[in-house]
Amino acid sequence: MKTTLVLIARRLGTAVVTLLLVSVVVFTISSLLPGDAAEETLGRNATPEAVAALRTKLGLDQPAHLRYLHWLGGLLSGNPGQSMANNLPVKDVIASRLPKSLLLAGLTTIVSVPLALLIGILSAMYRGSMLDRVLSLVTLSMVAVPEFLVATVAVLVFAVNLRWLPALTIVPENATLGEFLSAYAMPVMTLCFVIVAQMARMTRAAMIDQIGQPYVEMAILKGVRPARAVLTHVLPNAVGPIVNAVALSLSYLLGGAIIVETIFNYPGIASLMVDAVTSRDMPLLQACAMIFCLAYLLLVLVADICAILGNPRLRNQ
Amino acid sequence: MTQAAAPIATDKAVATSGLRRAGQFLMALPLSGMIGLGIVVFWLLTAVFGPMLAPYAPGAIVASDVFDPFSARNLLGSDYLGRDVLSRLLHGARYTVGLAFAAALLASITGTGLALTAAVSGRWIDEVMSRMMDALISIPSKIFALVMVAAFGSSVPLLLLIAAITYVPGAYRIARSLAVNLNQMEYVQVAVARGEGRVYISCAEVLPNMIHPMLTDFGMRFVFAVLLLSGMSFLGLGVQPPDADLGSLVRENISGLGEGAPALIMPAIAIATLTVGVNLFIDSLSRSRRTMGEV
Amino acid sequence: MGDLVQVSNLRVVAGNDAGKPVPIVKDVSFSIPRGEVLALIGESGSGKTTIALTLMGYARPGCRIAGGSVRIDGAEVLDLNRDELTALRGCKVAYVAQSAAAAFNPSKTIIDQVVEVVLIRGLMTRAVAEAKAIDLFRALALPDPEQIGGRYPHQVSGGQLQRMMAAMALITDPALVIFDEPTTALDVTTQIEVLRAFKKVVKDRGTTAVYVSHDLSVVSQMATRIVVLRHGEVREVGLMEQILHAPEDAYTQALMAAARPARRHALSTVAVANPAPPLLEIRGLTAGYGRRDSRGVPCNIVLKNIDLQIRQGRTLGVIGESGSGKSTLARVSAGLLPPADGTVLFNGEPLAPGLTGRTRDQFRRIQIVFQNADTALNPSHSVARILGRPLEFYHGLRGAARDRRIKQLLDLIRLPVNIATRRASELSGGQKQRINLARALAAEPDLILCDEVTSALDTVVGAAILDLMGELRRELNVSYMFISHDISTVRSICDDVVVLYAGQKVESENHRPFQAPPYHPYTDQLISSVPEMRSGWLEESGAVQTPPYVDPVNCGTDLCCFLVRCPVRINGVCNVAMPPRVTLGNGNEILCHHSDADLRRLYSPSHMRTDLR
Repeated sequence: MKTTLVLIARRLGTAVVTLLLVSVVVFTISSLLPGDAAEETLGRNATPEAVAALRTKLGLDQPAHLRYLHWLGGLLSGNPGQSMANNLPVKDVIASRLPKSLLLAGLTTIVSVPLALLIGILSAMYRGSMLDRVLSLVTLSMVAVPEFLVATVAVLVFAVNLRWLPALTIVPENATLGEFLSAYAMPVMTLCFVIVAQMARMTRAAMIDQIGQPYVEMAILKGVRPARAVLTHVLPNAVGPIVNAVALSLSYLLGGAIIVETIFNYPGIASLMVDAVTSRDMPLLQACAMIFCLAYLLLVLVADICAILGNPRLRNQ
Repeated sequence: MTQAAAPIATDKAVATSGLRRAGQFLMALPLSGMIGLGIVVFWLLTAVFGPMLAPYAPGAIVASDVFDPFSARNLLGSDYLGRDVLSRLLHGARYTVGLAFAAALLASITGTGLALTAAVSGRWIDEVMSRMMDALISIPSKIFALVMVAAFGSSVPLLLLIAAITYVPGAYRIARSLAVNLNQMEYVQVAVARGEGRVYISCAEVLPNMIHPMLTDFGMRFVFAVLLLSGMSFLGLGVQPPDADLGSLVRENISGLGEGAPALIMPAIAIATLTVGVNLFIDSLSRSRRTMGEV
Repeated sequence: MGDLVQVSNLRVVAGNDAGKPVPIVKDVSFSIPRGEVLALIGESGSGKTTIALTLMGYARPGCRIAGGSVRIDGAEVLDLNRDELTALRGCKVAYVAQSAAAAFNPSKTIIDQVVEVVLIRGLMTRAVAEAKAIDLFRALALPDPEQIGGRYPHQVSGGQLQRMMAAMALITDPALVIFDEPTTALDVTTQIEVLRAFKKVVKDRGTTAVYVSHDLSVVSQMATRIVVLRHGEVREVGLMEQILHAPEDAYTQALMAAARPARRHALSTVAVANPAPPLLEIRGLTAGYGRRDSRGVPCNIVLKNIDLQIRQGRTLGVIGESGSGKSTLARVSAGLLPPADGTVLFNGEPLAPGLTGRTRDQFRRIQIVFQNADTALNPSHSVARILGRPLEFYHGLRGAARDRRIKQLLDLIRLPVNIATRRASELSGGQKQRINLARALAAEPDLILCDEVTSALDTVVGAAILDLMGELRRELNVSYMFISHDISTVRSICDDVVVLYAGQKVESENHRPFQAPPYHPYTDQLISSVPEMRSGWLEESGAVQTPPYVDPVNCGTDLCCFLVRCPVRINGVCNVAMPPRVTLGNGNEILCHHSDADLRRLYSPSHMRTDLR
């Protein structure tokens, strides 16, 4: 038990170090490299005095490492600065958008994970069968289709031609369950499209990797039915890689959400970030970027811990 | 037995055996792989020769109407300004394929090079490099791209750089684990015990055995790069007008969505066939190697 | 009673997707009378495991049973449908696989897996099944039978796991048990315990069994009847005694000849007391892996305080079980692993501890040949390139001169010249190992470090490699460090021997090793654990070899490394102080508290054992 805790603590430590490195990268790219923000804000014709004044006000006259520490301190204390575009605290802007994004991600997860596991496990169990080949070809093609294409086609079919679903995801207040579901149907479907395929393929690969192990042949030879052998022998050993696959795919949600939120005009944090890019609102952009990276690292961390807890070799040494 | 020193392996013999190998390789591909390979070759040729074949200049307004359907004059119809879709597609394919190809190549080569360096260097260099790569890989590709574009403004060289940097860590991880495994191989140990230098060992003993898996990985990175770049263009943050890649073509013609205009459908199909084709080919490649290995 | 199993005209094919099916079992017929143990003997590729698996109606993926008949208790197995097959497996026919470590599910406790089938079939309640499993654990001489089942597979040793797999097979009281090379992956001293346990349960229960093996000596302990297989065909069927004493088939005779330990290399004529400095001398060597502390001592010490010498033209055998540190010894000598302490001298001059600091000529004069020819040859290089590189690197040979030398080398290892253009994957196992050897010879070395060079090969192929090594030694006057776990191979080719146990040198013998007792208790155990090719050996050796159970003694770092397993340890002496190095009357030097006279007295019953030649 003690070694397990040490292992988990080590993973946690690595995650924290990685997050710090990520913050350095993000800050360097967005604040240090592009040159002088004050000069840019005021334009070419500004007087040197005005530029210097703004520079002092923004803290740009300080050395790079101090600026970084200041920014990092702001992030950690929950106050990542003022949004330049609308002059609101970044904290408030994000707070109004983040729940929406989490809702979309949560809905997608609820739909996609069981579906993907089902597809992955089924095709691994019936490897080489017609079902497996068809599923394999379908998922292979789905993985390679960009999500803006899926979204476009979905709008074309369901909103324009069939007129079943609204083209934009706007949920009225006090929406009924039906309204809620029809509003979310298309974004969730689009996001699921790619990650279901990805997760299903990785699940299948993880299962097949284990099915090739001698202990599965042994189980069959001692009279365990193949389907039962897959569920009781293979699955417990494939949990680690499968959880890892799920985490990686879910992290893909973060990127996929950018396109989906934009297309469906969904007020989440990803579309907020795109807006920040167009308006060059650096404090907002940095905060959004750090949230996405944090989400990625959390997912991977959870997957790692699940893998440690699921493996008796690591669990009780 | 003759005492004359006959050359042991003539170049000709090597060349013919190479051809034979290529033939065997093609024959071993399943149908889906051959289709995939066909599509890949088609798009590569289009990227190289397409602009020469384009009937009109990409920017020329040649049609009387916008969002024309297929016609003899404009084979794939006209776009939202009345430009020839086929011509714009042929030019756009060069951007998409060329940029993604260059980025993936840059990423694979850099990743492999860094991985080889890390594998033969001491523990410290390896540790530091791996930490840096872990950090880079924790920034989702689109997030990284957004931050870069916000900081520097979008341009073709920057897009290339973004895609290349994004996929270096992935290529590095794969290459490093390959190199570390190969370093444990006894033939590498024999070379070390022979007194060979690090450069010889990396280049002559380790690298040749990494090429196959790295080529497969390169294909994957290419698909990812296509998806990333066209996604950025779709957001309006990728290739900037007047130039356009396939993603930009989808974006600029999105208003034709209601009427199902070819101007929107065709670039979309182009992207999908390109990425699906590469995926089909790579998938069959690893599968046929597996069956060949079993025999 | 009649025969339990009747196999007739069995055919199995391996079908790849594209090509036509390749037969791997051709028209095989045999039968097994009730209560007998039948052995399927053959080298790799003989189809022995494939045949054994058909008794359960099973063919590995890629293979297909193409025809013939397999009858068990009169019922045709090949006609059964899937449900009937599932019912047959585990209940009527049970299987013990080669590697228990791989055949047990790593994430379930052992007892869960042992009783799994019984519970699925509803044959017993869980409590009854567990009680029966514990009885079987006890019958198989497992320690702590009540508790051991609660562990996970990685928490017990390989020999124990193998016995627990036998318990898993026997729990349903099957009519037929298939043992598929169940001791091949084990150390020889463990193998004997497992064999003894197997033999006892098979005898007590009157089980009918099939024993698959490549090892005639092991088989002769277990079986009453033998089927000799080669390339999927039956070469000879007969009773054990007949096959052992009067084999009729030429292939069986060849197999027997290769398995009988005979002196393969003439002993070196170089005197031990040669005044010239030894070719290789190791003094006080300590080495290991992992993080090093402030004094440069690694956290995982593999070799401790080793001294040894190899003289020009002689072969030194290094013997020990897996984990004894013998491969590390080769790695240190080659410079691949810098030692934590001690020196390596070559021709009397100290070598740099690691790779840096050794001259190219020093590299040239010590060459290393690894066990696994599959991984020792670069798959992307041709044979000509593999052999050409050392010629270029050490001797600056290029072009025609190099090609000429490659031809000579191929000639030297008895391979045709046209092999030079091929890649390693196109060669057979024996050919690969010859190329592996030729690459070392290309350097024109004084010393070749051979790490288990014949272990991965079939007996006949391995014997040919040993013969080749003997000829090369005579022609080129090279010396070998021959690392092996196989005592009969070491005995047949080595002039001198060191015995390693847990990283320490427990014994060294000069000139005709393992010929005259007394030995170190571990060496004695090693020698007496090697099965002989005659029935009844297991019982006899068992009578002598009952290690007295002594209370567990606290094994500190400065005590005898063999203390825990030693059958003749002395309470109050061995668990108190480090043993001294003692030179025995026969010239052997051992690390033990016992004197020559003690050992002679303690092992006196062993004089009854036939002299192991």
